[in-house]
Amino acid sequence: MSQPVLRVQDLAVNFRSHTGGLFRRQERVLRAVNGISFELHPGETLGIVGESGSGKSTLARAILGLISPNRGRVMWKGENLTELDEEELRQKRKEIQIVFQDPVASLNPRMTAGDIISEPLWTFYPNMARLQVEERTRGMMKVVGLLPNQINRYPHEFSGGQCQRIGIARALVLNPQLVICDEPVSALDVSIQAQIITLLKDLQKKLGLALLFVAHDLSVVKHISDRVMVMYMGCAMEVSQRDVLYRRPLHPYTSALMKSVPIPDPKLAAAARQDSWLTGDMPSPYNPPKGCIFHTRCPYKVKRCEADVPALRRMEQGDWVACHRAEDLDLSI
Amino acid sequence: MALLEVRDLRVQFETPDGVVQAVNGIDFDVHAGETLAVVGESGAGKSQLVMAIMGLLAENGSATGKAEFEGRDLMQMSAKELNRIRGRQIAMIFQDPMTSLNPFLTIEKQMTEVVMHHQGLRKDEARAHAVEMLRAVRIPDPEERVKQYPHEYSGGMRQRVMIAMGLLCEPDLLIADEPSTALDVTVQAQITQLVGELRDKSNMSVILITHDLAVVAEICDRIIVMYAGEMVETGTVEDIFYRPRHPYTQGLLASVPRLDRLSDDDLHAIPGNPPNLLDLPTGCRFRDRCEKAAEVCRQVPPLQVLDDGCMSRCFIDMKSGEILSVADVPSPDDAGDDPVMEGRE
Repeated sequence: MSQPVLRVQDLAVNFRSHTGGLFRRQERVLRAVNGISFELHPGETLGIVGESGSGKSTLARAILGLISPNRGRVMWKGENLTELDEEELRQKRKEIQIVFQDPVASLNPRMTAGDIISEPLWTFYPNMARLQVEERTRGMMKVVGLLPNQINRYPHEFSGGQCQRIGIARALVLNPQLVICDEPVSALDVSIQAQIITLLKDLQKKLGLALLFVAHDLSVVKHISDRVMVMYMGCAMEVSQRDVLYRRPLHPYTSALMKSVPIPDPKLAAAARQDSWLTGDMPSPYNPPKGCIFHTRCPYKVKRCEADVPALRRMEQGDWVACHRAEDLDLSI
Repeated sequence: MALLEVRDLRVQFETPDGVVQAVNGIDFDVHAGETLAVVGESGAGKSQLVMAIMGLLAENGSATGKAEFEGRDLMQMSAKELNRIRGRQIAMIFQDPMTSLNPFLTIEKQMTEVVMHHQGLRKDEARAHAVEMLRAVRIPDPEERVKQYPHEYSGGMRQRVMIAMGLLCEPDLLIADEPSTALDVTVQAQITQLVGELRDKSNMSVILITHDLAVVAEICDRIIVMYAGEMVETGTVEDIFYRPRHPYTQGLLASVPRLDRLSDDDLHAIPGNPPNLLDLPTGCRFRDRCEKAAEVCRQVPPLQVLDDGCMSRCFIDMKSGEILSVADVPSPDDAGDDPVMEGRE
């Protein structure tokens, strides 16, 4: 197999805040990302799934260098991004781009589609000829399924799905090798989501991109991922090949996430509800549970789960899971 | 008699680019204890439909038609009369729980305000009632949490607070506009189930607005599917999920990503984008995204009505599945008996 382009090693991001007012000031530490490691190969997609507060967006931002991590390394083609200075890191952004969650809010309403898509070109190649920039912009619009004659329109003249296409064109215009998609479809209508997922999948194939695809819903990443990482409170609970994960998840939390996906069938939905058990909210991240971080919501917990932290360990077929009981649980769908 | 009877409701907005017809003649009834889902993509007019009923349209918007609640037309009421009904008999839950709560006031303050105003309760009574409602929506430790501010609640808990606030005055009708869209999928199910349970307990009626059919599968009785300001199909939950007739409804159903099936070939989108209401296609509004569109679809499609109340606005015959020709479609004046056809305008 080829060399991984991205190798994340033991990455951790803490946020500090304080409580107690001026005189009884107490510092609190929130471990948003707590020792995440993974590799990503060229042309591969890793889906990262978890509830809000699981640290998935923070992880994405830390990889991009938008947040500096407290620990760990982000190796990009052999170079540690966390050690680069601002200008060196900026140059790397030609190779690593991001597509944001809210397609409308992430576009400047006062810039035309053409301006938005070509802005990265002006930033990184200020000497590029105007004609060439325009040609590349129009070409990019065609690639993402927009009409080149829409180049002078403003974001409000586009629908949500089209705005996300603009966001994707902007991310791809520099020919990056890695694109991080932070919940790129969660703000879109269900009827449009599959369009964007299919577009990203096709572009990936055509351009050989590596993709990190962040979502809160396992059903969204199913079609585009080669592997899926499930996160909970800053920790990786499972990293599995797609076909393993969707047929026989290894971690109870993965199984719970799968069961919470609504089914468009009244009878099956009623039956599925009988079967789902994930209740309550995540515990406070300032005061995470001891032992397995998921034990407070897990129906399969045993004594050991309350005391020992399960390591993320490799199973026979090469999938990773952080659960003491992974061998004796059968969570097949 | 229906609790809410809406007839020929139209909503329009004056915009710099022209008049936008956001809702174009909608009829429906909501009966006591019934849950109605209104489904459609962004821009279908589903939110504006209920905003018009609640008298909450933006300044450039205006509405015509009838919306009779317990026999009184909400559209003709003064703001003062409406205020006596809103919050007390009809409550509304908005989409975004992050922005619908006042960040400067405690949950207690925001909740007691409603009942003190509408029901004239004393402060301590109001507080006890608020705590009780928070318990009903399963906020843990409600006596303590009621003193907190919205930012101390998680997204799912804030939406539960919104539901609790909506239910404070025991309304006859609860309108929920995408109550779970901004939430995690794990919490979505909890919120919709909660709405269903509370409905069963109190026999209130619910109007649920959503773009995702899967979310309402389990808890609604009837469904209205809207597209570009029009109702394109309506029927019972079984009709819509197991016998969808309109290609748009079929498209909405197919586009829900599913994990309960292992096949790989289930990633479907409706092609294209919702139309610009200022530049609608002639004839059927859905035709340029419709896989079954035929030449006849350039004409305005008929609204077919079956005996059981199912309706579809399409040239595809609801019974045979064949494409009707224009000649088959009677004009509204000589509407046949079975199936009944109605023209659009």
